Amino acid sequence: MTTHSLIASRAGGLTNSRLTLMWLGFAAVLLFAPHVFTSSLAHSHLTQMGTGIVLALSYNILLGQSGMLSFGHAAFSGLGAFMSVHAMNLAGGGTFWLPLPLIPVVGALTGLAFAALIGYVITRISGVAFAMITLGIGQMTYASALMFPGFFGGEGGVSTNRVYGEPILGWTFGPQIQVYYLVAFWLFICVMATFYLTRTPFGRLLNGVRDNEERIPFIGFNPHKLRYMAIMTSGLFAGIGGSLMAINFEIATDEVLSLHESGAVLLFTFIGGTTSFFGPMLGAVIGVLLTKLLPDYTAGWQMYLGIVFILVVVYAPGGISSLLKPGMDMVRRTILHKRYALFFRLLLSVTALVVSAILLIELLYHRATGASDPLSLWGFSLDHQGFIAWVIAIALLLAGLLTIKASGRALVRQLAEDTAQLEGEAQ
Amino acid sequence: MEFFLISLLNSLSYGLLLFMLSSGLTLIFSMMGVLNFAHASFYMMGAYFAYTISGMAGYWAAFILAPLLVGIAGIVVERYGLRAVHKYGHVAELLYTFGLSYLILEGVQLIWGRSAVPYGIPEILQGPLFTLYTTTFPKYQAFMMLIAVLTLLALYLVLTRTRIGLIIQASLTHPEMVESLGHNVPRVFMLVFGGGCALAGLAGVIGGNSLVTEPGMAETLGTIIFVVVVAGGMGSLMGALLASLLIGIIQTFSIAIDVSALDLLSAAGVSISPHAFGHSVLAVSLSDVAPMLPYALLVLILIFRPRGLLGKREN
Repeated sequence: MTTHSLIASRAGGLTNSRLTLMWLGFAAVLLFAPHVFTSSLAHSHLTQMGTGIVLALSYNILLGQSGMLSFGHAAFSGLGAFMSVHAMNLAGGGTFWLPLPLIPVVGALTGLAFAALIGYVITRISGVAFAMITLGIGQMTYASALMFPGFFGGEGGVSTNRVYGEPILGWTFGPQIQVYYLVAFWLFICVMATFYLTRTPFGRLLNGVRDNEERIPFIGFNPHKLRYMAIMTSGLFAGIGGSLMAINFEIATDEVLSLHESGAVLLFTFIGGTTSFFGPMLGAVIGVLLTKLLPDYTAGWQMYLGIVFILVVVYAPGGISSLLKPGMDMVRRTILHKRYALFFRLLLSVTALVVSAILLIELLYHRATGASDPLSLWGFSLDHQGFIAWVIAIALLLAGLLTIKASGRALVRQLAEDTAQLEGEAQ
Repeated sequence: MEFFLISLLNSLSYGLLLFMLSSGLTLIFSMMGVLNFAHASFYMMGAYFAYTISGMAGYWAAFILAPLLVGIAGIVVERYGLRAVHKYGHVAELLYTFGLSYLILEGVQLIWGRSAVPYGIPEILQGPLFTLYTTTFPKYQAFMMLIAVLTLLALYLVLTRTRIGLIIQASLTHPEMVESLGHNVPRVFMLVFGGGCALAGLAGVIGGNSLVTEPGMAETLGTIIFVVVVAGGMGSLMGALLASLLIGIIQTFSIAIDVSALDLLSAAGVSISPHAFGHSVLAVSLSDVAPMLPYALLVLILIFRPRGLLGKREN
């Protein structure tokens, strides 16, 4: 993946005043989001997006910045969650004084300590072998959760109560909105910290380890030590993410250590995009939308998730965020050169593909439930036992598959010609 | 003695099953640099195909057809999927197979449901083969071992004694040279990928009814075979065999031994009160630790021998 240098160049191109404006805007979004989406369910989703973003950013320190693919990220965030739950219980019981807003510090220290403990050995290697070792570490932590019920609480996990101690400025952190603001506060700190990390010499050296490991020793640095530091930094932020998760759900079960959790972080970070700083944040938002909202509409949501992931891997290895700029550019140029017919043709192909895919998946899942009543979709009633619905779906799929390449090429070629012509006239 | 022999036989048959999976995985890895995350998913596909085919045409038809079908599925995946991502590097390929394992799991659940299917052992192979002291050894387990040894022997002969094996071996180390001699290296890759998947499928056919055929079977074995491949040394067939047998022995024996460090200490005359620091750690018995041991072995090997048991290179 050679497009990684994008991070450096783009971040470098930002002036300080624009950056300040960006941070103010981000803070405003965090501040006002719960007043735009006011339902309590929306607040819960926003909180989860916040923790998701922290986790995705911590993961991207490894994958995007240092080129280290990890399948064991849940070990850091999960242990952070467990330690936080225990800290909350102890602080609530009066063993020591620790107000809730400072609990993520416990998570951060846990993640950092675990990374420091195992990181030195596992960062000796890189590439695919590193991925497999992190898988082993993740599975080992997961397996040990059931071995030590005293700490991990066995099958039921360890639960806690986030409302303890004296209220701080009248805040008890019982209501979801107060938890949201606590998460938003830590999110802001983490986003800022990870963003400025990419601009430090250490951040740039990590890019170096990713892009050309052989050259790092020649400029006087040890790639192994750099990777070790990367995994410790990542573990620290992952621990904060796990802590916020524990505060939000008030429970930590062995599920937070599982391969599913590690896989989800990987999935969404990659779908969002590892080549830009903004990508993982987008990925976490998409992740919550896909995993929390989609199951309400369809039983096949995991199928959609898998398909989206594979499509991103094959067609947009820079993630969805890498498509935004070219996509906007294409729309802008279409409007500029008034090539609406060609654009409409491409849109038609894409729609055919998406609609047919949804039709087929929904029909398949409906058939699998063994129901005899027809499937209702978008106000239509589709009989999955007859032929017609299937024939329509497959015909649409074929039509989309056969035309999409030609439609896309025609539009791109035409726009390129138009641009060239425009430039010729200008000269 | 009885316990020891039976456990040894069990661990051998489990280890051989692991090797049927890891041999394909390690071959694919050493040729293409791709660690196929979906390898265990092909094993699961093999078991489910065999279940369906044996319901329609009997076990022996499934025994032949299911691995072939899985092999064809593998070829399709390589030709129309992996080859497209190849230009983005090995990490993208690994991610592709990771996504694929998701899709195969969903597909399996869609077609066969979320619970285990009753994929049984054929009648002729049911029952005990012999009795060792007081414990019986099932016929089917012997059959599994026989099939595993035969396939691995065949694999060895194909790789070392045939023309195609020669080309495969040459493509491992000198792909450009093989290409300039007029061989289609991408097609060799495709065939190896298909062959590795077929091997995993065959493991599914013989392992699915001996263990259990359910949607979770890929994940259960999937992570273990990665441990095998990494611990044995990436790309080393002999290393994979050694690691498979080692992990087979470790897992089988540790599950059967219900002894904790505390028991050993008390046998040695040291008593530790339940309130002492670290008591809960010492009280964990070996059988409880069993699921963790392969990973602990992996970490140990990586500390003391980073390239794996028989690996030639560090990475």
